[in-house]
Amino acid sequence: MEQVENLAREEQAAQVMAIHLGIGPLSGVEPQLLEQAFSIARAGSIAADAELIIKSMPIQVSCKQCGQQSEALPNRLLCGHCGDWRTSLVSGDELQLQHVELVRQAAEPETAPLAAASTIN
Amino acid sequence: MCDTCGCNVTPGNAHLVQPGGRLSKTADGREAVSVLHGLLHANDHTAAHNREHFNKHGVLAVNLMSSPGAGKTSLLEATIDALKDELAIAVIEGDLETENDADRIRAHGVPAIQITTGSACHLDAHMVHDALHALDLQKLDIVFIENVGNLVCPASFDLGQHSNVILLSVPEGDDKPAKYPVMFRAADLVLLSKSDLLPVLDDFQPDNARRHLRELANSAQVFELSAKNSDGMDAWIHWLLAELARLKHQSGRLAAGPA
Repeated sequence: MEQVENLAREEQAAQVMAIHLGIGPLSGVEPQLLEQAFSIARAGSIAADAELIIKSMPIQVSCKQCGQQSEALPNRLLCGHCGDWRTSLVSGDELQLQHVELVRQAAEPETAPLAAASTIN
Repeated sequence: MCDTCGCNVTPGNAHLVQPGGRLSKTADGREAVSVLHGLLHANDHTAAHNREHFNKHGVLAVNLMSSPGAGKTSLLEATIDALKDELAIAVIEGDLETENDADRIRAHGVPAIQITTGSACHLDAHMVHDALHALDLQKLDIVFIENVGNLVCPASFDLGQHSNVILLSVPEGDDKPAKYPVMFRAADLVLLSKSDLLPVLDDFQPDNARRHLRELANSAQVFELSAKNSDGMDAWIHWLLAELARLKHQSGRLAAGPA
């Protein structure tokens, strides 16, 4: 919310319409619980009526043995091609603010998605 | 994860979210999500600061994590007894309530700082930073941080440690890494504690625990040990000394190193 409010101020927004997050299963954050908490956190802010849209990021691993990438499960980060366990995580532990949709102050209300993405952790 | 139990406001970071604090935004105080987001950023910043302190003084910081009752304090007691003649050790203890663990550590002749977290289920970098003010790092070699017994929330908070050591006790079952992947993925070393119970709890197969850990793409070593009968303690002590020697080397304090 701090980052969203800073962004809204920088962009001279009148209202934040939607906040898009990317969350991976290995971030330690539960999207459903975050949504419940968001309904409280947005109260009284510029994002009071904003929608929280959470994109669940896939778990992707890169194999150090065969070099290929594959999807994996949170407790089974094995290579989907050769089955080796020596992999590195490409995605799946994100807690990212991806983009924010807001209404600018001056012009007529129009939703303008911002392209810039930023990372929270 | 701490939206789960509402523990994201702790005695260590409350100043950030109180009116006038760096993360306070509204007077009504209802901002659970903004605290979590801001907290991780502010936590990571303070953790880096803690790590700089440890590095500057060549002090190895070990974050001990496990379920409640896996034997963290017993392991520390046995470790202190094995090393206290050659190394200066201090312990930062995290519990919801009581000074019991700190008292147990102090009885072995080393300083212990007890952090009581109230309802918070983990330590954060701010709490550890406050505790560090009560320790003279100049005179220390190793600081153990005994985290709150919990396999969920502590995994998300960097404290500024050099290593995460996770205890998995034999009575808990060998599939804990598969059940708590976020925690066990963060392990730099896994200790299968209470190994003296392996003969009676023969459904615990150490190789299964290793396999579950490898399935998290974690190459951390796994040692079986018992603080009770001292079996396996040598490998753990050797690991600690090697980590300390490596840190002292990196910190340019080889002359003060023990190994």
